[in-house]
Amino acid sequence: MEKFTVHTGTAAPLRRSNVDTDQIIPAEYLKRVSRTGFADGLFKAWRDDPTFVLNQPAHATATILVTGTEFGVGSSREHAVWALQDQGFRAIVAPRFGDIFRGNALKGGLLPVELPSEAVEWLWDALDADPALAVTVDLEAREVRAGERSWSFPLDDFSRWRLLEGLDDIGLTLRHEADITAFEGARPSRLPRTQAA
Amino acid sequence: MSDQPRTLAEKLWDAHLVRAGGDEPDLLYIDLHLVHEVTSPQAFDGLRAAGRPVRRTDLTIATEDHNTPTDNLFSIVDPVSQTQLETLRKNCAEFGVRLHPLGDDEQGVVHVVGPQLGLTQPGMTVVCGDSHTSTHGAFGALAFGIGTSEVEHVLATQTLTQRPPKTMAVTVDGVLPEGVSAKDLILAVIAKAGTGGGIGHVVEYRGEAIRALSMEGRMTVCNMSIEWGAKAGLIAPDETTFAYLEGRPHAPKGEAWDEAVAYWRTLPTDEDAVFDAEIVIDAAELTPFVTWGTNPGQGVPLGAVVPDPSVYTDPVQRGAAERALEYMALTPGTAMRDVDVDVVFVGSCTNGRIEDLRNAAEVLRGRKVADGVTMMVVPGSARVRAQAESEGLHEIFREAGADWRFAGCSMCLGMNPDKLAPGARSASTSNRNFEGRQGPGGRTHLVSPQVAAATAVAGHFAAPADLV
Repeated sequence: MEKFTVHTGTAAPLRRSNVDTDQIIPAEYLKRVSRTGFADGLFKAWRDDPTFVLNQPAHATATILVTGTEFGVGSSREHAVWALQDQGFRAIVAPRFGDIFRGNALKGGLLPVELPSEAVEWLWDALDADPALAVTVDLEAREVRAGERSWSFPLDDFSRWRLLEGLDDIGLTLRHEADITAFEGARPSRLPRTQAA
Repeated sequence: MSDQPRTLAEKLWDAHLVRAGGDEPDLLYIDLHLVHEVTSPQAFDGLRAAGRPVRRTDLTIATEDHNTPTDNLFSIVDPVSQTQLETLRKNCAEFGVRLHPLGDDEQGVVHVVGPQLGLTQPGMTVVCGDSHTSTHGAFGALAFGIGTSEVEHVLATQTLTQRPPKTMAVTVDGVLPEGVSAKDLILAVIAKAGTGGGIGHVVEYRGEAIRALSMEGRMTVCNMSIEWGAKAGLIAPDETTFAYLEGRPHAPKGEAWDEAVAYWRTLPTDEDAVFDAEIVIDAAELTPFVTWGTNPGQGVPLGAVVPDPSVYTDPVQRGAAERALEYMALTPGTAMRDVDVDVVFVGSCTNGRIEDLRNAAEVLRGRKVADGVTMMVVPGSARVRAQAESEGLHEIFREAGADWRFAGCSMCLGMNPDKLAPGARSASTSNRNFEGRQGPGGRTHLVSPQVAAATAVAGHFAAPADLV
């Protein structure tokens, strides 16, 4: 996983709430067996609309998406994260995220940044006024900065450390393999197994 | 720890802690991992790249459901779909995972297959790369959906790193009125709580109306927990649960059964346990429900009208309602019963079980699907299909003019050939009415199997009681 420390880039204001995973990438695009190549399905239903924010030249190469509350609710498809990353996004700013999407994003190194609605609305207005506004997402300081403003955002220490170091989750867990084996040794034998009964 | 009164969710959490404390999240053991073709290929690739095996093939089972046709069992038209299914077959063979492929007697929607095999049991942790894994919470199992990275993590370690969620009680007191189903109940809960109301919480559904539900009804309720953002839904195990499980292929037998039941009886939330939040609902006030918008929280009683966005004081909700009405091509003030439909879909992990099909068939018996309406009935699994046929339900569906199909996710998600045409309006027993969910431009209204069947006959939204 690519490390995330401090990222400064341009941002795209997506003035919508409740952008569910079917909007981020429709199921039709989930048939591929690769981990990349999903950008063509990103926000598919909106991409034909010339007024859609990512179709505007000023926002087409944005690396930060600033959007409304409950972003990523819906299905567990990690393809939503991959599609956003394939498009070039490094961080998503929203007041609140769907739980599974948020978990998937953290696993893959796409930073979910929770800022209050007022901050999101300030950013929307500022980005409309100046699409080239530089926005900084600073994971070290857990802070977003734009213009004269700054906001801190919450993230637990462990997730932050993993992202800062770009560490492989499975490798981290396997440090505790002895604990897993001990737990398995104590599981009741009546628990079901999937071999044909 | 055990002296403190605990909720069911907390008991399940504690019983699966491999390790806790320190700077790291809790490490939780997973008792059952369900796998399907869409969210697993990249996970198996990851294992291969790292040279890791599947740690517990005996706690892992796969089936094919999202991407499969339901009009036949053998001809997959889309080569990309074919590749994805073949990839699952190759991965399962290579890593030693039990697979029920298209055409197999046990094939079906992953959340129908686990319970019907008796693999889902009270007290377990169950995960799957699918958000509707919350279904299995109906048994008093901690069950939740995960992404592909976590699928790989479970395949490699049989564990997940997790932070303890908050707990919430949804208490449904009283008795559901005649004609009001589990689906209506959960749609009403979501309309009340909002699509984000459950975020960060494991929700336990309790109260008299929940206790009175069958296992199928409980699965419908828990299935849609994710539609209001909950991490998982739970219902405490009781005699209904035990009766459903006893004798199923993977249920414990003999002494092990007695031992298991004794343990399961210790699981319900202790009397003095405290939830972080609670919602109380009076079952007597519930009626058949239907969604009008593009998220599952945008629903109203069937007897209501399409709401005017101006009733929402919250500008975010108002904006969402305006956009939803435009997408759905609905006018505020229109009676829901006056809205005509083109397609009726009965099926999915929400309402594709035998009881759902019986409920739909009961309404259709001796009646005809209205002219201009297409009705599809898709059993949740090959077993459900066989059971329905042994009861003659398929004859009722066919005589009514409905299409009786093979098992799969079908029109729930617009990933296989069963899709809603652009602009077409459906009454669907599935779980999501998102824009384009059932096909680009399709307009989805979520309903119960009973309302779906009555709507098919009437041609517009209707309850069985409306039919002459």
